[in-house]
Amino acid sequence: MPDYVIGEHENITGIEKQIPDQIEDKKRKQYRDLDNVIERYSKKPGQLIGILHKAQDIFGYLPEEVQTYIADKTGTPVSEVNGVVTFYSLFSTEPKGKYKLKVCLGTACYVKGAQEIMDALKEHLKIDEGGTTRDKLFTLESTRCIGSCGLAPILLANEDVYGEITVKDIKKIIRNYQKGEKIES
Amino acid sequence: MKKLRVENIEDLEALKEKHYPLIKQRLGHRNGLGLTQIMVCAGSSCISSESQAILQELERELDKRGLKENVRVLKTGCLGFCQHGPIIMVHPGEIFYCRVKPEDVKELVQIHLLEGRLVERLLYQDDLTGKRIPSINDIHFFKAQERVVLQNCGVINPEDIEEYIARDGYFTLADVVLNKRPGEIIDIISKSGLRGRGGAGFPTGKKWEMTASQNVTPKYVVCNADEGDPGAFMDRSILEGDPHSVLEAMAIAAYCIGANQGYIYVRAEYPVAVERLEIAIEQARETGLLGKGLFGTLFDFDIELRLGAGAFVCGEETALLHSIMGARGEPRPRPPYPAQEGVWGKPTLINNVETYANIPIILRRGWEWYQGFGTASSKGTKVFSLAGKIKNTGLIEVPMGTSLRTIIFDIGGGIPGGKRLKAVQTGGPSGGCIPEKFIDRPIDYESLKEIGSIMGSGGMIVMSEDNCMVDLARFYLEFTQDESCGRCTPCRVGTKRLLEILKRITEGHGEMEDLDLLERLSQDIRDASLCGLGQTAPNPVLSTLSYFKEEYIAHVRYKTCWAGVCKALLDYQVDEEKCIACGLCAKACAAGAISGAPKQPYRIDPEKCVKCAACVARCPKNAILKGSRKETTVNENAGIFTGAGSQESRATL
Repeated sequence: MPDYVIGEHENITGIEKQIPDQIEDKKRKQYRDLDNVIERYSKKPGQLIGILHKAQDIFGYLPEEVQTYIADKTGTPVSEVNGVVTFYSLFSTEPKGKYKLKVCLGTACYVKGAQEIMDALKEHLKIDEGGTTRDKLFTLESTRCIGSCGLAPILLANEDVYGEITVKDIKKIIRNYQKGEKIES
Repeated sequence: MKKLRVENIEDLEALKEKHYPLIKQRLGHRNGLGLTQIMVCAGSSCISSESQAILQELERELDKRGLKENVRVLKTGCLGFCQHGPIIMVHPGEIFYCRVKPEDVKELVQIHLLEGRLVERLLYQDDLTGKRIPSINDIHFFKAQERVVLQNCGVINPEDIEEYIARDGYFTLADVVLNKRPGEIIDIISKSGLRGRGGAGFPTGKKWEMTASQNVTPKYVVCNADEGDPGAFMDRSILEGDPHSVLEAMAIAAYCIGANQGYIYVRAEYPVAVERLEIAIEQARETGLLGKGLFGTLFDFDIELRLGAGAFVCGEETALLHSIMGARGEPRPRPPYPAQEGVWGKPTLINNVETYANIPIILRRGWEWYQGFGTASSKGTKVFSLAGKIKNTGLIEVPMGTSLRTIIFDIGGGIPGGKRLKAVQTGGPSGGCIPEKFIDRPIDYESLKEIGSIMGSGGMIVMSEDNCMVDLARFYLEFTQDESCGRCTPCRVGTKRLLEILKRITEGHGEMEDLDLLERLSQDIRDASLCGLGQTAPNPVLSTLSYFKEEYIAHVRYKTCWAGVCKALLDYQVDEEKCIACGLCAKACAAGAISGAPKQPYRIDPEKCVKCAACVARCPKNAILKGSRKETTVNENAGIFTGAGSQESRATL
């Protein structure tokens, strides 16, 4: 046992030996998944957006490397792939936090005070809209109307929907995710 | 078990026969089935408030008590009463339970199913009388509506094609394909007077005719389900609650114009709708209602889903076509119209979800019947989504020509908290604000246009005296500016300049000449932009300028926001009579703007205050008031700091 410890779980030698391999493995699997997606989709024309959606599910975001790979595999100019990625707001070229917090800023939520919710989250997490916390746990974004206007104002945390929220609820919600994070790790 | 492939009307009849008793019971017949059906709303709004957990809990509880034989639990589409969700209905009896929580399930099973009594506290409580109302048929919200397009939402299980068939679904398609000529059908649609429900109100029959008359093949049928207007969720509810009505209508349209392939372009922000559509398409293929040789004829038709990726402009038809083909969703000039050159450069028919949902009913009941609803120029019914400052947010369907008063005060239940109605915003970012004075006007395509708004897709946002109209115009401009695709200059640069001026005004730096500039610039953008997004982007500005000019003037000349929304124009003051000099506010203030001494009322220095409202949240006595700057100026002149908050600004806290 080495006598120096980083964090609480792993020692330095462990990191040096294991992590790069794990990353390689993970990457190889991701690209294998992407190959399957491309094969399935390219049977019909005009499926670039569908492929990009799946690619983002696999990688979490769409870095240049992935865009180039898709361009090569589908025979599309890389400029065209990048053009599509940058046009649509659901595609991201930056990595995101584990939990994507999205405040709905649709009109119905806005007239019911969604901006205050957004401001409070910015203040609480100390990040700006579009930013990610340093522990890579939260990304704060605004979203277009998700159509659950009956519950306005709305906060989305990945797939979870919180309706009729107030500034007071925010701390509790954030804390729950932070706690969940601790239990998982 | 292999599903039956439908070859003819007799096969449909057989399927209908099988499910009809269950459907009949849900419609109010006491037909002695010896079976209880529990319908759990599985619309997006109710799912957000845990309706899925209720469904699982119900299954578990019924299993535990051995009731599974006699009680069926089913998912259903949105009933529109979203404010009171999650909603559960129990048949027979059409008992309507609202705001049900997973913890209530045990009680519901015990009392309703085993003891045969109603769970009083979960019944809907009438606002006016305070009485609990057990049956959906006695709730005013539903009684005042005319549900034509939404007739199946909340009645059938959207994930079971056979239930749709039991509601006469796909019978119309069978009749059309087996017995009718395309021209006859297009003629009926034209005579019905149906107009596009996506916003512009183009006559649907004419569109079909134009596409049918093209001599180029192949042709395509497209459904525009890119419902991007914030506050609008009609199409989502139809897709979630009755997806097959759209599939059937698209197949009918394809038969009429001579197409074999359809596309549904749906927003990726609607995961539930996407899932239901996927299930519906799969089931229709299995049953032989999509695919090769429908009803044993030579007519082939299949549908593919295409997902959007978060671009508002894709609701514009030429942009949508580009997006379907996997490219950037930028619009192009028309002509050529999509009817001439659409998907892959071929003639394409594009209709909106709600327009399609009208088709099977019109063909089933006849154009004469359909003409019975509506006004001279706008026939049929219209689905509206109510949101904002209104008691019953949700989805409603009324005949065209219904007044705003009926919609907002009768069906919608009015404004919460006894506030006054200020305006209604229709048509989303392309629409305008309708002031209170027009509340008795019948609503149709033309009447809304006359007063500077549009029907749009049917979103209605209700605003009370607490909403600032200048801020609202700024909000919409921020939206359109952000969503402008950048292709044409008037929209790309023009909306940016408009937004800058509006921001200036809301921050207290506006000049009177800005108001003229706003108006002139708005007109230029409207006249010179390439597509509908740009041409209509100035509408929120123009309509608020024409009806609420005094509010703009108050912002510019007196630096006052009456509604107390524009932060830069606000000031916070301590109510001396309420202040107990505890000092909590001074501790909470990060800007060091609050000072005071023991036993003396505290004071806020307006120069240092950053209007974060942290002190308001901390004060145990609610002694800090939000007021507008004008009042402070007056008080400053008088040498007094405090106590200026009017009754209204107290109320806004």
